Amino acid sequence: MYRINSRQMEMLFRKITEERELYLPVKAGGQVNFAAWTADAEVSLDTLKTVKSPKDAFFPQFESLYTCRTQEGKLTIEAEKRKDRPFVVFGMKACDLKGIQVLDQVFLKEPADSCYAARREKGTIVALACAAPETSCFCPVFGIDPAAPEADVCLWKIGEAYYWKSYTEKGAALTKSVEPLLEAAEDDAVVEKEQARIRTMVKKLPLSSLSLEGWDGAHMNEKFESPLWEQLHRPCLACGTCTFVCPACQCYDIRDYKTAAGVQRYRCWDSCMYSDFTLMAAGNNRTTQMQRFRQRFMHKLVYFPANNDGMYSCTGCGRCVEKCPVSLNIVKVIKAFAKEGAANE
Amino acid sequence: MQELKNRIAQLLADGSVQRILGWKKGEMDYDAEPAFFETQASLDDFVYHGFCAANLSKYMIEAAKLPGKTLVCLKPCDSYSFNQLLKEHRVDREKTYIIGVGCSGKLDIDKIRAAGIKGISGISEMENDTLRIETLEGEKSCRRKDVLLERCHVCKGKDHVIFDEQIGSSQDTTDGDRFAAVREIEAMAPEARFAYFQEELGKCIRCNACRNVCPVCNCRKCVFDSTKFDSVQKVNADSFEERMFHIIRAFHVAGRCTDCGECSRVCPQKIPLHLFNRKLIQDINTLYGTYQAGSGLEGKTPLTEYHPEDAEP
Repeated sequence: MYRINSRQMEMLFRKITEERELYLPVKAGGQVNFAAWTADAEVSLDTLKTVKSPKDAFFPQFESLYTCRTQEGKLTIEAEKRKDRPFVVFGMKACDLKGIQVLDQVFLKEPADSCYAARREKGTIVALACAAPETSCFCPVFGIDPAAPEADVCLWKIGEAYYWKSYTEKGAALTKSVEPLLEAAEDDAVVEKEQARIRTMVKKLPLSSLSLEGWDGAHMNEKFESPLWEQLHRPCLACGTCTFVCPACQCYDIRDYKTAAGVQRYRCWDSCMYSDFTLMAAGNNRTTQMQRFRQRFMHKLVYFPANNDGMYSCTGCGRCVEKCPVSLNIVKVIKAFAKEGAANE
Repeated sequence: MQELKNRIAQLLADGSVQRILGWKKGEMDYDAEPAFFETQASLDDFVYHGFCAANLSKYMIEAAKLPGKTLVCLKPCDSYSFNQLLKEHRVDREKTYIIGVGCSGKLDIDKIRAAGIKGISGISEMENDTLRIETLEGEKSCRRKDVLLERCHVCKGKDHVIFDEQIGSSQDTTDGDRFAAVREIEAMAPEARFAYFQEELGKCIRCNACRNVCPVCNCRKCVFDSTKFDSVQKVNADSFEERMFHIIRAFHVAGRCTDCGECSRVCPQKIPLHLFNRKLIQDINTLYGTYQAGSGLEGKTPLTEYHPEDAEP
């Protein structure tokens, strides 16, 4: 284990960028989001939740796939290059890491998505334990420990020092490249004490004891056909806030952007809340907002675990809890079903 | 709140209305959600407090198509939005029963968090204009007026412009100049102004929350949702697109926007979207005379009326 003083972080970032790109929480326009580090960036590692999750680093909201151009009657097709520079995502939290594990299930299974796979290969994740979880957090519900994120490197901020522990080969390589800035620390007890403090705090979080009983493949039809959806979706504005701030939402659309000079084919995030979600040449199998709303929660809590050995595609980060314009969210959905279940018994 | 709750329960029980459109208790004290109540039992969860900021007017477009009457609770500023919808023939007045609810300004949970109050588990509104806040680290407090929503600093006043009955008292919370920020931006050098908007709009994630919450953004199908339109609703392919979406929207609601402030309230990236609308409102006021959308039902509006001597801006 190593240690680095918070005053040295700027030097650390500078060092990392000598060989790698660096993405970390940066404040711009008053809001903190993951962005590329620059010398004048206002880095905010103390921010618990960036507005958007850091999944953009591996699965960007917009990415070009290829470009077609016509010039003097000739058509050329130029494929977008895959990520070929190593990069570091610095300061990810345990819930967002879990989000990446969810995306891995989708994009790395054969046939693997080469755009995503290239970024996963080139990316090194430095996680940061959550010093102050919020009342909107419910990651323990999904078996996540915010005191011990499973990344290439994990950091704990204790006092003015960041404790640094490497777990993987990629983590070791990054550690080696910045080693002159780190000091060796045999302070396991200090980190363990911090972990215990975080875990005690997590137990006090009001949403951390949410029960997922009945959310599995075995209850698929029962959940799907519940009359509750008709009631629950009514205040939903059908905006995409919940899906776009989510670390685990993975639906995407492929579109063509036409200009006078040619066509750019790109991929962008889709949202099940949007009216053309799953629209095909043959029509749409979800024509109402209730059906689209239901899809979001069925996907996260039923279909995904049924297809991925019980792994949910919600990580309890609580961004939707904080950001939904009408305060409607997955916690309320889970609780509404639990209440209905209890009433029917 | 009890008086309001008793009255709506009575109107539901005697069949005057078939459903109530109000706010439902959340998981916390500060996350009430808009909700329809159709039974007496469901009214147990009805609440009305400082965090019931959502403007319910727009829900009436769909609710007024349902059988029977819908009772809707409108705050004074919400009533302007309802009036505007009525003027545009988007809601059915005959199917609506309006209770004008009192309002002393609505609260912004993000401002409370930004003030450094973290881990909030409960909030009580005290009589002396303070909030008592329970947090994971013990009890804290703050002044109500320090954490009001932006729109409440330029309150539209205590009066409901349309209602069937009124319950509760209101307070005009104005303590700011509605156009001060607009003038500041106008005074910027063009490059600085461009940089300002680029930084703000650069945060946009195209969630469409501003559009979907906006009472006057009520086209049956938005051009940005069309599959035949190159610029789709899901992402900003470049900085031109992110500006285009917001500028088209601002112009489309010009002369119709009541300045209810919902767009800025719901933006997950806190883009001050209301500033676009206020700039257009200020210009309309200057060019065609002071006008407040939603204030009345009669007559033409500045942008739907023509006089030969009109300004040619």
